Amino acid sequence: MDPYTAGTPRPQVDADALRARIPGWGADLDAADRPSVPRESFDPGASGAHWEVPTQQPGGEERERSIEHRQLTPVFGTVAPLAGLAGRIRRTAYRRYSEGRLAHWLLLMAADRVEVLQSRLPGAR
Amino acid sequence: MKAMVYRGPYRIEVEEKPMPRIEHPNDAIVRVTLAAICGSDLHLYHGMMPDTRVGTTFGHEFIGVVEQVGPSVERLKVGDRVMVPFNVYCGSCYFCARGLYSNCHNVNPNATAIGGIYGYSHTCGGYDGGQAEYVRVPFADVGPQVIPDWMSDEDAVLLTDALPTGYFGAQLGSIDEGDTVAVFGAGPIGLYAARCAWLMGAGRVIVIDRLDCRLERAREFAFAETYNYEQVRDIVVTLKKATDWLGADVAIDAVGAEADGNRLQHFTATKLKLQGGSPVALNWAIDSVRKGGTVAVLGAYGPVFSAVKFGDAMNKGLTLRMNQCPVKRQWPRLFEHLQAGRLAPSEIVTHTVPLEYIADGYDMFSAKRDGCIKTLVRP
Repeated sequence: MDPYTAGTPRPQVDADALRARIPGWGADLDAADRPSVPRESFDPGASGAHWEVPTQQPGGEERERSIEHRQLTPVFGTVAPLAGLAGRIRRTAYRRYSEGRLAHWLLLMAADRVEVLQSRLPGAR
Repeated sequence: MKAMVYRGPYRIEVEEKPMPRIEHPNDAIVRVTLAAICGSDLHLYHGMMPDTRVGTTFGHEFIGVVEQVGPSVERLKVGDRVMVPFNVYCGSCYFCARGLYSNCHNVNPNATAIGGIYGYSHTCGGYDGGQAEYVRVPFADVGPQVIPDWMSDEDAVLLTDALPTGYFGAQLGSIDEGDTVAVFGAGPIGLYAARCAWLMGAGRVIVIDRLDCRLERAREFAFAETYNYEQVRDIVVTLKKATDWLGADVAIDAVGAEADGNRLQHFTATKLKLQGGSPVALNWAIDSVRKGGTVAVLGAYGPVFSAVKFGDAMNKGLTLRMNQCPVKRQWPRLFEHLQAGRLAPSEIVTHTVPLEYIADGYDMFSAKRDGCIKTLVRP
Protein backbone atom coordinates (compact mmCIF):
# COMPACT_ATOMS: atom_id res chain seq x y z
CA MET A 1 0.00 0.00 0.00
CA ASP A 2 1.19 3.49 -0.83
CA PRO A 3 1.54 5.76 2.20
CA TYR A 4 0.16 9.26 2.25
CA THR A 5 2.98 11.64 1.31
CA ALA A 6 3.51 15.38 0.80
CA GLY A 7 3.72 15.21 -2.96
CA THR A 8 0.77 14.93 -5.27
CA PRO A 9 0.10 11.40 -6.37
CA ARG A 10 -1.49 12.68 -9.54
CA PRO A 11 0.34 12.58 -12.84
CA GLN A 12 1.44 15.81 -14.47
CA VAL A 13 -1.16 17.14 -16.90
CA ASP A 14 -0.29 16.65 -20.57
CA ALA A 15 -1.64 19.98 -21.78
CA ASP A 16 -0.93 19.29 -25.43
CA ALA A 17 -2.81 16.01 -25.33
CA LEU A 18 -5.78 17.63 -23.60
CA ARG A 19 -5.75 20.52 -26.05
CA ALA A 20 -5.80 18.04 -28.93
CA ARG A 21 -8.67 16.02 -27.45
CA ILE A 22 -10.93 18.73 -26.02
CA PRO A 23 -11.96 21.83 -27.98
CA GLY A 24 -10.93 24.96 -26.11
CA TRP A 25 -9.01 23.23 -23.34
CA GLY A 26 -7.29 25.88 -21.23
CA ALA A 27 -8.78 28.86 -23.11
CA ASP A 28 -9.76 30.37 -19.77
CA LEU A 29 -6.73 29.24 -17.78
CA ASP A 30 -5.91 32.86 -17.11
CA ALA A 31 -8.35 34.13 -14.48
CA ALA A 32 -8.44 37.44 -16.37
CA ASP A 33 -10.46 35.63 -19.07
CA ARG A 34 -13.09 34.51 -16.57
CA PRO A 35 -15.94 37.05 -16.61
CA SER A 36 -16.98 36.59 -12.99
CA VAL A 37 -13.47 36.96 -11.59
CA PRO A 38 -13.28 38.92 -9.34
CA ARG A 39 -16.75 38.34 -8.02
CA GLU A 40 -17.42 42.02 -7.35
CA SER A 41 -16.18 44.56 -9.82
CA PHE A 42 -17.40 48.13 -9.24
CA ASP A 43 -18.39 49.57 -12.61
CA PRO A 44 -21.72 51.41 -12.46
CA GLY A 45 -21.57 52.23 -16.17
CA ALA A 46 -21.24 48.64 -17.33
CA SER A 47 -24.89 47.66 -17.09
CA GLY A 48 -26.34 50.13 -19.58
CA ALA A 49 -28.50 51.84 -16.95
CA HIS A 50 -28.92 55.54 -17.77
CA TRP A 51 -30.38 56.45 -14.39
CA GLU A 52 -29.02 56.68 -10.87
CA VAL A 53 -32.36 55.82 -9.37
CA PRO A 54 -34.99 54.05 -11.48
CA THR A 55 -38.36 55.70 -11.98
CA GLN A 56 -41.00 54.26 -9.66
CA GLN A 57 -43.49 51.96 -11.35
CA PRO A 58 -47.02 53.23 -10.58
CA GLY A 59 -49.78 51.19 -8.98
CA GLY A 60 -47.95 49.71 -6.04
CA GLU A 61 -50.06 51.09 -3.21
CA GLU A 62 -51.43 47.70 -2.19
CA ARG A 63 -48.44 45.66 -3.30
CA GLU A 64 -47.11 43.33 -0.59
CA ARG A 65 -43.40 43.51 0.26
CA SER A 66 -40.86 41.93 2.54
CA ILE A 67 -40.41 43.88 5.76
CA GLU A 68 -36.68 43.55 5.14
CA HIS A 69 -37.11 46.18 2.38
CA ARG A 70 -37.21 49.86 3.38
CA GLN A 71 -39.81 50.59 0.71
CA LEU A 72 -41.47 49.05 -2.30
CA THR A 73 -38.92 48.39 -5.04
CA PRO A 74 -39.05 50.70 -8.11
CA VAL A 75 -40.15 47.81 -10.31
CA PHE A 76 -42.26 44.82 -9.36
CA GLY A 77 -44.34 42.04 -10.87
CA THR A 78 -48.08 42.57 -11.13
CA VAL A 79 -49.28 39.08 -11.97
CA ALA A 80 -51.79 37.43 -9.62
CA PRO A 81 -52.23 40.12 -6.96
CA LEU A 82 -53.34 39.14 -3.46
CA ALA A 83 -56.93 37.93 -3.40
CA GLY A 84 -59.29 35.84 -1.29
CA LEU A 85 -58.35 33.77 1.73
CA ALA A 86 -54.95 32.87 0.28
CA GLY A 87 -54.30 36.55 -0.25
CA ARG A 88 -55.08 37.31 3.39
CA ILE A 89 -52.72 34.60 4.57
CA ARG A 90 -49.99 35.90 2.26
CA ARG A 91 -50.49 39.47 3.46
CA THR A 92 -50.06 38.29 7.05
CA ALA A 93 -46.87 36.47 6.12
CA TYR A 94 -45.42 39.58 4.48
CA ARG A 95 -46.59 42.10 7.09
CA ARG A 96 -45.64 40.21 10.24
CA TYR A 97 -42.63 38.03 9.52
CA SER A 98 -39.25 38.65 7.97
CA GLU A 99 -37.66 36.21 5.52
CA GLY A 100 -35.60 34.98 8.46
CA ARG A 101 -38.65 33.56 10.23
CA LEU A 102 -39.94 30.09 9.43
CA ALA A 103 -43.50 31.35 10.00
CA HIS A 104 -43.13 33.57 6.94
CA TRP A 105 -42.47 30.63 4.65
CA LEU A 106 -44.91 28.22 6.29
CA LEU A 107 -47.71 30.74 5.86
CA LEU A 108 -46.79 31.29 2.22
CA MET A 109 -46.75 27.55 1.56
CA ALA A 110 -50.08 27.15 3.36
CA ALA A 111 -51.53 29.94 1.22
CA ASP A 112 -50.31 28.15 -1.92
CA ARG A 113 -52.28 25.04 -0.97
CA VAL A 114 -55.37 27.02 0.02
CA GLU A 115 -55.30 28.85 -3.30
CA VAL A 116 -55.08 25.60 -5.27
CA LEU A 117 -58.07 24.19 -3.38
CA GLN A 118 -60.03 27.41 -3.88
CA SER A 119 -59.27 27.44 -7.58
CA ARG A 120 -60.78 23.96 -7.95
CA LEU A 121 -64.11 24.87 -6.43
CA PRO A 122 -67.00 25.00 -8.90
CA GLY A 123 -67.27 28.45 -10.44
CA ALA A 124 -63.83 29.55 -9.29
CA ARG A 125 -62.66 30.26 -12.85
CA MET B 1 -52.50 35.61 -26.07
CA LYS B 2 -51.73 31.97 -25.32
CA ALA B 3 -49.63 31.20 -22.26
CA MET B 4 -48.67 28.34 -20.03
CA VAL B 5 -50.59 28.78 -16.75
CA TYR B 6 -49.87 27.17 -13.36
CA ARG B 7 -52.96 25.56 -11.80
CA GLY B 8 -51.30 23.75 -8.89
CA PRO B 9 -48.58 21.14 -8.35
CA TYR B 10 -48.15 18.85 -11.37
CA ARG B 11 -50.93 20.74 -13.15
CA ILE B 12 -50.33 23.27 -15.88
CA GLU B 13 -52.50 24.32 -18.80
CA VAL B 14 -52.29 26.50 -21.86
CA GLU B 15 -54.85 29.29 -21.62
CA GLU B 16 -55.77 32.65 -23.05
CA LYS B 17 -54.35 35.50 -20.92
CA PRO B 18 -54.47 39.27 -21.36
CA MET B 19 -51.56 40.71 -23.34
CA PRO B 20 -48.79 42.10 -21.11
CA ARG B 21 -48.55 45.89 -21.15
CA ILE B 22 -45.94 48.55 -20.54
CA GLU B 23 -46.03 49.18 -16.78
CA HIS B 24 -42.81 51.19 -16.38
CA PRO B 25 -41.15 53.64 -18.78
CA ASN B 26 -38.21 51.26 -19.36
CA ASP B 27 -40.34 48.18 -20.08
CA ALA B 28 -40.48 46.36 -23.38
CA ILE B 29 -42.99 43.81 -24.61
CA VAL B 30 -41.31 40.89 -26.36
CA ARG B 31 -43.02 38.42 -28.69
CA VAL B 32 -41.50 35.11 -27.70
CA THR B 33 -40.09 33.05 -30.57
CA LEU B 34 -38.41 30.30 -28.56
CA ALA B 35 -38.38 29.34 -24.88
CA ALA B 36 -37.05 26.46 -22.83
CA ILE B 37 -38.03 24.42 -19.79
CA CYS B 38 -35.34 24.64 -17.12
CA GLY B 39 -34.67 22.00 -14.48
CA SER B 40 -35.48 24.63 -11.88
CA ASP B 41 -38.94 25.08 -13.44
CA LEU B 42 -39.63 21.61 -12.11
CA HIS B 43 -39.30 22.91 -8.54
CA LEU B 44 -42.23 25.22 -9.31
CA TYR B 45 -44.12 22.50 -11.16
CA HIS B 46 -43.73 20.22 -8.13
CA GLY B 47 -44.99 22.91 -5.75
CA MET B 48 -41.71 23.33 -3.90
CA MET B 49 -41.26 27.11 -4.17
CA PRO B 50 -43.21 29.19 -1.64
CA ASP B 51 -45.62 31.79 -3.03
CA THR B 52 -46.10 30.20 -6.43
CA ARG B 53 -49.52 31.55 -7.33
CA VAL B 54 -52.23 29.97 -9.42
CA GLY B 55 -52.50 31.80 -12.72
CA THR B 56 -48.82 32.64 -13.17
CA THR B 57 -46.79 31.77 -16.25
CA PHE B 58 -43.38 30.13 -15.86
CA GLY B 59 -40.36 30.42 -18.11
CA HIS B 60 -37.12 32.27 -17.53
CA GLU B 61 -35.30 31.07 -20.64
CA PHE B 62 -36.62 32.78 -23.77
CA ILE B 63 -35.77 34.86 -26.80
CA GLY B 64 -38.01 36.88 -29.04
CA VAL B 65 -38.72 40.00 -31.05
CA VAL B 66 -39.36 43.42 -29.51
CA GLU B 67 -43.00 44.27 -30.08
CA GLN B 68 -43.33 47.48 -28.06
CA VAL B 69 -41.03 49.71 -25.96
CA GLY B 70 -41.66 52.15 -23.12
CA PRO B 71 -40.93 55.89 -23.49
CA SER B 72 -37.49 55.78 -21.79
CA VAL B 73 -36.08 52.82 -23.75
CA GLU B 74 -33.02 53.94 -25.76
CA ARG B 75 -31.16 50.79 -26.76
CA LEU B 76 -33.87 48.61 -28.26
CA LYS B 77 -36.36 49.22 -31.00
CA VAL B 78 -39.45 47.44 -32.28
CA GLY B 79 -38.44 44.50 -34.46
CA ASP B 80 -35.12 43.76 -32.73
CA ARG B 81 -34.40 40.05 -32.25
CA VAL B 82 -33.36 39.82 -28.61
CA MET B 83 -32.11 37.36 -26.02
CA VAL B 84 -33.20 38.05 -22.46
CA PRO B 85 -31.18 36.95 -19.41
CA PHE B 86 -33.23 35.17 -16.77
CA ASN B 87 -32.32 37.89 -14.27
CA VAL B 88 -34.62 40.89 -13.94
CA TYR B 89 -32.30 43.69 -12.76
CA CYS B 90 -32.07 47.46 -12.63
CA GLY B 91 -28.38 47.96 -13.43
CA SER B 92 -27.97 50.79 -10.92
CA CYS B 93 -28.33 49.52 -7.33
CA TYR B 94 -25.45 48.67 -4.96
CA PHE B 95 -25.32 45.09 -6.21
CA CYS B 96 -25.78 45.73 -9.94
CA ALA B 97 -23.03 48.37 -9.84
CA ARG B 98 -20.70 45.59 -8.67
CA GLY B 99 -21.74 43.10 -11.35
CA LEU B 100 -24.00 41.07 -9.08
CA TYR B 101 -26.97 41.32 -11.44
CA SER B 102 -28.66 38.27 -9.98
CA ASN B 103 -28.75 39.99 -6.59
CA CYS B 104 -30.46 43.22 -7.70
CA HIS B 105 -32.11 45.11 -4.84
CA ASN B 106 -34.59 47.08 -6.95
CA VAL B 107 -36.80 44.48 -8.64
CA ASN B 108 -38.09 42.06 -6.04
CA PRO B 109 -40.31 43.51 -3.32
CA ASN B 110 -41.20 40.06 -2.01
CA ALA B 111 -37.73 39.04 -0.84
CA THR B 112 -34.32 40.54 -0.22
CA ALA B 113 -32.44 37.24 -0.41
CA ILE B 114 -32.91 36.89 -4.16
CA GLY B 115 -33.26 39.25 -7.09
CA GLY B 116 -35.91 39.09 -9.78
CA ILE B 117 -36.44 36.12 -12.07
CA TYR B 118 -38.98 35.83 -14.89
CA GLY B 119 -41.75 33.36 -14.18
CA TYR B 120 -40.31 32.09 -10.96
CA SER B 121 -42.94 32.74 -8.27
CA HIS B 122 -43.62 35.82 -6.20
CA THR B 123 -40.64 34.91 -4.03
CA CYS B 124 -38.65 36.05 -7.08
CA GLY B 125 -40.70 39.18 -7.73
CA GLY B 126 -44.01 38.06 -9.20
CA TYR B 127 -43.15 38.44 -12.90
CA ASP B 128 -44.75 36.37 -15.62
CA GLY B 129 -42.35 34.25 -17.66
CA GLY B 130 -41.69 33.56 -21.29
CA GLN B 131 -43.52 30.26 -21.83
CA ALA B 132 -46.12 32.35 -23.60
CA GLU B 133 -46.63 34.26 -26.81
CA TYR B 134 -45.68 37.59 -25.22
CA VAL B 135 -43.86 38.72 -22.09
CA ARG B 136 -43.18 41.96 -20.25
CA VAL B 137 -39.43 42.69 -19.99
CA PRO B 138 -38.55 45.33 -17.35
CA PHE B 139 -35.40 47.46 -17.68
CA ALA B 140 -35.18 46.84 -21.40
CA ASP B 141 -32.03 48.98 -21.67
CA VAL B 142 -30.19 46.74 -19.19
CA GLY B 143 -31.03 43.05 -19.60
CA PRO B 144 -31.93 42.16 -23.19
CA GLN B 145 -29.40 42.22 -26.01
CA VAL B 146 -29.81 42.02 -29.76
CA ILE B 147 -28.88 38.50 -30.91
CA PRO B 148 -25.86 38.52 -33.22
CA ASP B 149 -26.69 37.53 -36.79
CA TRP B 150 -24.38 34.53 -36.66
CA MET B 151 -26.11 32.98 -33.63
CA SER B 152 -28.93 30.44 -34.02
CA ASP B 153 -32.16 30.73 -32.04
CA GLU B 154 -31.38 27.44 -30.30
CA ASP B 155 -27.97 28.62 -29.10
CA ALA B 156 -29.37 32.02 -28.13
CA VAL B 157 -32.08 30.60 -25.89
CA LEU B 158 -29.54 28.37 -24.16
CA LEU B 159 -27.45 31.47 -23.47
CA THR B 160 -30.25 33.04 -21.41
CA ASP B 161 -29.57 30.74 -18.45
CA ALA B 162 -28.32 27.19 -18.89
CA LEU B 163 -24.92 27.68 -20.53
CA PRO B 164 -23.96 30.83 -18.59
CA THR B 165 -24.94 29.09 -15.35
CA GLY B 166 -22.76 26.08 -16.11
CA TYR B 167 -19.89 28.36 -17.14
CA PHE B 168 -20.36 30.44 -14.01
CA GLY B 169 -20.26 27.28 -11.87
CA ALA B 170 -16.92 26.28 -13.30
CA GLN B 171 -15.66 29.76 -12.46
CA LEU B 172 -16.97 29.46 -8.90
CA GLY B 173 -14.78 26.37 -8.59
CA SER B 174 -11.62 28.51 -9.03
CA ILE B 175 -10.17 25.68 -11.13
CA ASP B 176 -6.40 25.56 -11.45
CA GLU B 177 -4.55 23.78 -14.24
CA GLY B 178 -4.68 20.04 -13.74
CA ASP B 179 -7.44 20.07 -11.12
CA THR B 180 -9.79 17.15 -10.77
CA VAL B 181 -13.37 18.40 -10.97
CA ALA B 182 -16.36 16.30 -9.85
CA VAL B 183 -19.75 17.43 -11.17
CA PHE B 184 -22.87 16.07 -9.51
CA GLY B 185 -25.77 15.96 -11.97
CA ALA B 186 -25.73 15.37 -15.72
CA GLY B 187 -28.66 17.58 -16.60
CA PRO B 188 -28.09 20.59 -18.83
CA ILE B 189 -26.35 22.68 -16.15
CA GLY B 190 -24.09 19.83 -15.08
CA LEU B 191 -23.18 19.01 -18.69
CA TYR B 192 -22.27 22.63 -19.36
CA ALA B 193 -20.34 22.98 -16.09
CA ALA B 194 -18.37 19.83 -16.91
CA ARG B 195 -17.60 21.00 -20.43
CA CYS B 196 -16.60 24.48 -19.21
CA ALA B 197 -14.29 23.05 -16.52
CA TRP B 198 -11.99 22.02 -19.38
CA LEU B 199 -11.85 25.62 -20.63
CA MET B 200 -10.32 26.53 -17.28
CA GLY B 201 -7.66 23.86 -17.48
CA ALA B 202 -9.11 20.93 -15.56
CA GLY B 203 -7.01 17.78 -15.72
CA ARG B 204 -9.90 15.41 -15.08
CA VAL B 205 -13.65 15.91 -15.12
CA ILE B 206 -15.90 13.33 -13.46
CA VAL B 207 -19.70 13.43 -13.76
CA ILE B 208 -22.04 11.60 -11.40
CA ASP B 209 -25.72 10.84 -12.07
CA ARG B 210 -28.13 7.91 -11.96
CA LEU B 211 -29.44 8.00 -15.54
CA ASP B 212 -27.28 6.14 -18.04
CA CYS B 213 -28.53 8.17 -21.01
CA ARG B 214 -27.38 11.37 -19.33
CA LEU B 215 -24.05 9.84 -18.37
CA GLU B 216 -23.57 8.81 -21.98
CA ARG B 217 -24.14 12.45 -22.96
CA ALA B 218 -21.62 13.50 -20.32
CA ARG B 219 -19.01 11.27 -21.93
CA GLU B 220 -19.78 12.47 -25.46
CA PHE B 221 -20.54 16.16 -24.94
CA ALA B 222 -18.42 16.93 -21.88
CA PHE B 223 -15.58 14.41 -22.42
CA ALA B 224 -16.07 13.31 -18.82
CA GLU B 225 -15.44 10.14 -16.86
CA THR B 226 -18.75 9.03 -15.41
CA TYR B 227 -20.17 7.13 -12.47
CA ASN B 228 -23.72 5.95 -11.95
CA TYR B 229 -24.20 6.28 -8.20
CA GLU B 230 -26.88 3.61 -8.22
CA GLN B 231 -24.40 1.10 -9.57
CA VAL B 232 -21.78 1.56 -6.84
CA ARG B 233 -22.09 0.79 -3.16
CA ASP B 234 -20.98 4.21 -1.93
CA ILE B 235 -20.34 7.04 -4.38
CA VAL B 236 -18.16 8.97 -1.92
CA VAL B 237 -15.78 6.03 -1.45
CA THR B 238 -15.81 5.40 -5.19
CA LEU B 239 -14.74 8.96 -5.82
CA LYS B 240 -12.08 8.83 -3.12
CA LYS B 241 -10.64 5.70 -4.73
CA ALA B 242 -10.73 7.39 -8.12
CA THR B 243 -8.83 10.42 -6.82
CA ASP B 244 -5.91 8.75 -5.04
CA TRP B 245 -7.85 8.83 -1.75
CA LEU B 246 -7.53 12.61 -1.55
CA GLY B 247 -10.81 13.65 -3.11
CA ALA B 248 -11.52 15.95 -6.03
CA ASP B 249 -10.03 19.45 -5.95
CA VAL B 250 -13.34 20.98 -6.94
CA ALA B 251 -16.89 19.62 -6.62
CA ILE B 252 -19.91 21.17 -8.27
CA ASP B 253 -23.52 20.61 -7.17
CA ALA B 254 -25.54 20.89 -10.37
CA VAL B 255 -28.61 19.14 -8.97
CA GLY B 256 -30.20 21.21 -6.22
CA ALA B 257 -33.47 20.83 -4.41
CA GLU B 258 -34.82 17.54 -5.74
CA ALA B 259 -31.77 15.34 -5.53
CA ASP B 260 -32.31 11.60 -5.33
CA GLY B 261 -29.88 9.24 -3.65
CA ASN B 262 -31.18 9.41 -0.09
CA ARG B 263 -34.79 8.45 0.57
CA LEU B 264 -35.08 10.34 3.85
CA GLN B 265 -33.72 13.56 2.40
CA HIS B 266 -35.78 13.25 -0.76
CA PHE B 267 -39.02 12.46 1.06
CA THR B 268 -38.71 15.18 3.69
CA ALA B 269 -37.83 17.78 1.06
CA THR B 270 -39.94 16.97 -1.97
CA LYS B 271 -42.99 15.33 -0.40
CA LEU B 272 -43.26 16.78 3.10
CA LYS B 273 -41.69 20.15 2.16
CA LEU B 274 -39.91 20.19 5.51
CA GLN B 275 -36.66 21.30 3.88
CA GLY B 276 -35.83 23.91 1.28
CA GLY B 277 -34.37 21.09 -0.76
CA SER B 278 -32.89 17.63 -0.62
CA PRO B 279 -29.16 18.40 -0.34
CA VAL B 280 -27.92 14.92 -1.27
CA ALA B 281 -25.72 16.11 -4.13
CA LEU B 282 -24.39 18.97 -2.02
CA ASN B 283 -23.54 16.63 0.82
CA TRP B 284 -21.82 14.23 -1.57
CA ALA B 285 -19.87 17.19 -2.94
CA ILE B 286 -18.78 18.15 0.56
CA ASP B 287 -17.83 14.56 1.36
CA SER B 288 -15.97 13.81 -1.85
CA VAL B 289 -13.98 16.99 -2.35
CA ARG B 290 -10.51 17.06 -0.84
CA LYS B 291 -9.70 18.97 2.34
CA GLY B 292 -9.09 22.61 1.49
CA GLY B 293 -11.01 22.15 -1.76
CA THR B 294 -13.84 24.17 -3.25
CA VAL B 295 -17.52 23.30 -3.55
CA ALA B 296 -19.51 25.32 -6.08
CA VAL B 297 -23.29 25.25 -5.83
CA LEU B 298 -25.38 25.82 -8.94
CA GLY B 299 -28.38 23.75 -7.88
CA ALA B 300 -31.35 25.82 -6.76
CA TYR B 301 -32.76 25.39 -3.24
CA GLY B 302 -35.83 26.86 -1.60
CA PRO B 303 -35.61 29.55 1.06
CA VAL B 304 -36.12 27.40 4.17
CA PHE B 305 -33.37 25.35 5.80
CA SER B 306 -31.88 22.16 4.34
CA ALA B 307 -29.96 19.42 6.15
CA VAL B 308 -26.49 20.26 4.86
CA LYS B 309 -23.38 18.61 6.36
CA PHE B 310 -21.93 21.90 7.43
CA GLY B 311 -19.73 20.38 10.13
CA ASP B 312 -17.79 18.35 7.57
CA ALA B 313 -17.46 21.42 5.36
CA MET B 314 -15.98 23.34 8.28
CA ASN B 315 -13.70 20.56 9.46
CA LYS B 316 -12.36 20.04 5.94
CA GLY B 317 -11.60 23.73 5.51
CA LEU B 318 -13.70 23.94 2.37
CA THR B 319 -14.53 27.01 0.39
CA LEU B 320 -18.23 27.05 -0.50
CA ARG B 321 -19.14 29.33 -3.38
CA MET B 322 -22.54 29.89 -4.91
CA ASN B 323 -24.94 32.34 -6.48
CA GLN B 324 -27.56 32.64 -9.14
CA CYS B 325 -25.64 33.41 -12.32
CA PRO B 326 -25.29 37.04 -13.43
CA VAL B 327 -25.99 36.01 -17.01
CA LYS B 328 -25.15 39.06 -19.07
CA ARG B 329 -21.71 39.30 -17.49
CA GLN B 330 -20.88 35.95 -19.09
CA TRP B 331 -22.05 36.78 -22.61
CA PRO B 332 -19.06 38.54 -24.22
CA ARG B 333 -16.68 35.70 -23.38
CA LEU B 334 -19.23 32.99 -24.17
CA PHE B 335 -19.89 34.58 -27.56
CA GLU B 336 -16.16 34.25 -28.24
CA HIS B 337 -16.23 30.60 -27.23
CA LEU B 338 -19.17 29.91 -29.55
CA GLN B 339 -17.61 31.72 -32.48
CA ALA B 340 -14.33 29.87 -31.97
CA GLY B 341 -16.17 26.54 -31.98
CA ARG B 342 -15.18 25.73 -28.40
CA LEU B 343 -18.81 25.38 -27.28
CA ALA B 344 -21.96 24.34 -29.15
CA PRO B 345 -24.73 24.56 -26.55
CA SER B 346 -27.59 23.27 -28.68
CA GLU B 347 -25.93 19.85 -28.92
CA ILE B 348 -27.73 18.85 -25.71
CA VAL B 349 -31.25 19.70 -26.89
CA THR B 350 -33.32 16.52 -27.04
CA HIS B 351 -36.87 17.76 -27.62
CA THR B 352 -38.82 20.72 -29.00
CA VAL B 353 -42.54 21.01 -28.25
CA PRO B 354 -45.16 23.52 -29.38
CA LEU B 355 -46.52 25.74 -26.60
CA GLU B 356 -49.88 23.97 -26.91
CA TYR B 357 -48.22 20.75 -25.70
CA ILE B 358 -46.05 22.25 -22.97
CA ALA B 359 -47.83 20.21 -20.28
CA ASP B 360 -46.52 17.06 -22.00
CA GLY B 361 -43.06 18.63 -22.07
CA TYR B 362 -43.14 19.23 -18.31
CA ASP B 363 -44.47 15.75 -17.65
CA MET B 364 -41.76 14.13 -19.78
CA PHE B 365 -38.98 16.24 -18.22
CA SER B 366 -40.25 15.63 -14.71
CA ALA B 367 -40.41 11.86 -15.26
CA LYS B 368 -37.06 11.87 -17.16
CA ARG B 369 -38.75 9.92 -19.95
CA ASP B 370 -37.59 9.43 -23.50
CA GLY B 371 -34.00 10.41 -22.75
CA CYS B 372 -35.14 13.95 -22.06
CA ILE B 373 -32.31 16.34 -21.20
CA LYS B 374 -33.32 19.73 -22.59
CA THR B 375 -36.69 20.70 -23.99
CA LEU B 376 -37.36 23.82 -26.03
CA VAL B 377 -40.82 25.35 -26.41
CA ARG B 378 -42.00 27.05 -29.57
CA PRO B 379 -44.99 29.42 -29.19
